[in-house]
Amino acid sequence: MSTPIPDPVALGLARGWDVIDGATLDRDRVLEADVVIVGSGAGGGVTAEILALSGLKVVIVEEGALKSSRDFKMREAEAYAALYQESAGRKTRDRAINILQGRTVGGSTTINWTSSFRTPASTLAFWRDRYDLATYNDADLAPWFDLMEQRLGVADWQTPPNENNDLLRRGATRLGIPTGIIRRNVRGCWNLGYCGMGCPTNAKQSMLVTTIPSALAHGATLVTRARAERLVIDGDQVRHLVCTALGSDGVTPSGKTVTLRARHFVVAGGAINSPALLLRSNAPDPNYLLGRRTFLHPTLISAGLFAQRVDGYAGAPQSVYSDHFLQQAPVDGPVGFMLEAPPIHPMMLATTIAGFGPAHAETMREFAHIHGLLALLRDGFHPGSLGGSVTIKDGAPVLDYPIHASLWDGARRALLAMAEIQFAAGARSVQPAHEVAGPYTSWAQAKQGIAELEYRVHITRIISAHVMGGCMMAGDPERGVVDPDGRYHQLTNLSVHDGSIFPTSIGANPQLSIYAIVARMASKLAQSLTGKPAARPTAEA
Amino acid sequence: MASRRTFLKVGAGASLALALGGGIYRATRASAPLQPFALDGEARAALGAIAPALLAGVVPGVGPAALATVIDDVHRTILALPLATQKDIQDLFGLLAMAPARRLLTGIAGPWRDASVEAVHTFLQDWRVSQFGMLRAGYAALHDLVLGAWYAAETSWDAIGYPGPPSVLAP
Repeated sequence: MSTPIPDPVALGLARGWDVIDGATLDRDRVLEADVVIVGSGAGGGVTAEILALSGLKVVIVEEGALKSSRDFKMREAEAYAALYQESAGRKTRDRAINILQGRTVGGSTTINWTSSFRTPASTLAFWRDRYDLATYNDADLAPWFDLMEQRLGVADWQTPPNENNDLLRRGATRLGIPTGIIRRNVRGCWNLGYCGMGCPTNAKQSMLVTTIPSALAHGATLVTRARAERLVIDGDQVRHLVCTALGSDGVTPSGKTVTLRARHFVVAGGAINSPALLLRSNAPDPNYLLGRRTFLHPTLISAGLFAQRVDGYAGAPQSVYSDHFLQQAPVDGPVGFMLEAPPIHPMMLATTIAGFGPAHAETMREFAHIHGLLALLRDGFHPGSLGGSVTIKDGAPVLDYPIHASLWDGARRALLAMAEIQFAAGARSVQPAHEVAGPYTSWAQAKQGIAELEYRVHITRIISAHVMGGCMMAGDPERGVVDPDGRYHQLTNLSVHDGSIFPTSIGANPQLSIYAIVARMASKLAQSLTGKPAARPTAEA
Repeated sequence: MASRRTFLKVGAGASLALALGGGIYRATRASAPLQPFALDGEARAALGAIAPALLAGVVPGVGPAALATVIDDVHRTILALPLATQKDIQDLFGLLAMAPARRLLTGIAGPWRDASVEAVHTFLQDWRVSQFGMLRAGYAALHDLVLGAWYAAETSWDAIGYPGPPSVLAP
């Protein structure tokens, strides 16, 4: 390979990391460890490093394959199928919401857009008030945010925003709407714009190049292309985990199994998958909470057409945000939303733009001149909006996500706000992602048109790159699946360490919330298993 | 007018077709374990008729070779999906391939190979804003599969002004 980029995964494998590719197994395997971790994303990666550094023998099991920078070719045709759940086409039960979620070593951190926000204070306050989560306050969590920001290089982004992001800044500024610069978890970023297809330069400090290599260098074992099928539970104990090895296509079971035994089990498959594993395992759920209160940030999209080139595929995908519309009402009032810009690549744009035939082709010909805006609805706070619920069908998770009236109200306000910003930034026309909307050629026209639109599933395009909840934590065992430390209320040797523990959506991109909160959980777990203070991960680990 | 006519037909017959057609289709495959998606016979012909309507207007146009490539790319995309999702798409194509369901749900009278782009356009437009969520979802699946496959391919990039990934890292 002639790429000049050193690949830490290739180097680690050459140095003898213990990695088992489920697709190559010729017989069933049984492995033993102190702790088995299901999933290698934000939650699993952070947990694996802290436990391994603390001297515990860790086995990580991951459904996706081990892909690294040498595989990341910046091509949608390959990246989505290789790195995402359901080829980036995971859907809610009614197929109304498209969900972007990672399925590879590093999980969603391998393919996210690097946006790093601390958990908003209003979100934490809601958790303390409603769910008896007293330790979820800014002061207690600050050291954990500091720790993980240092570990993962989270810092202010100093490079000027690309045009796609700067249009958000300029348009909002003209309307008196404040914006901020997004902090990113990168070191030595080349500002290419292909974060969503796996970072080809290893600048993104995903789990793939940070915590997972660190854990492997400290004796952890990684099992890939193996799906965690079922925890075998006996009384209040998990005995072992049965995994189905997948074939080389990554979807068809090969017929081989991997059985993992351990003192303690950490479920970190991400929202949707974590509650699904626990449901398949018939884990005790006396209060019927498993899979409930699963939250997306239901996301609306608006495309603006500009005279100048926007080139939304080039440059750091997300660098400007506005949380203005999260602060216009009480957190449990009319649904607020975060504004951000999405990277624009041909396949993602073509599937997002409504319509087909000549009208669609004409819009696509303006590809380089299209500006994208996203509005992420903050779900889970309004009393009428309870999020979705995960159930199992043919062994696979299904997310039912009814859209409550409060969300449709937020959707309408979000499409209005985005169109107004795009026109203020100089858009020639604006087309919301909606089957019968626009294009509008003036703000006055858009204002009337968007207000009168039909808001209905499939007709209004909704996506989400963030999945949270389903194994929610609460101080009171009757109200939470896990306790504030992530320990499963009814099982003594099971924890959940991922975004599924959140009792609401975050109201911002969730990766940094997962890193910090899980770092605290994993450190407590390490201490309880070893009897010694947990090791602190550093960037040099 | 064609749109209106088809819409009425869909309105009258769709519940029956969805209940019976889907059931009959599934019954023929009952109790089979989840299988990889197969694109054969009338299902392939359906995609061969639907893709040109979705792609109408693209530059440089969809000739027979480009159409074959798109169909293969869509097929490959489907085969990378979880088996449960492949089954859902198989059900959709199964319905499209059954003549009675095709007539009721799309208004297309004859076999797919004889369907005009205009007739396919009309049925897609009806499905897109149908009162039935299942048809809207079916439209969305076809939209995403076909348009996604087309624009994922490098051959489509020149026409839209996308230079492709930076060559700095290319081997």
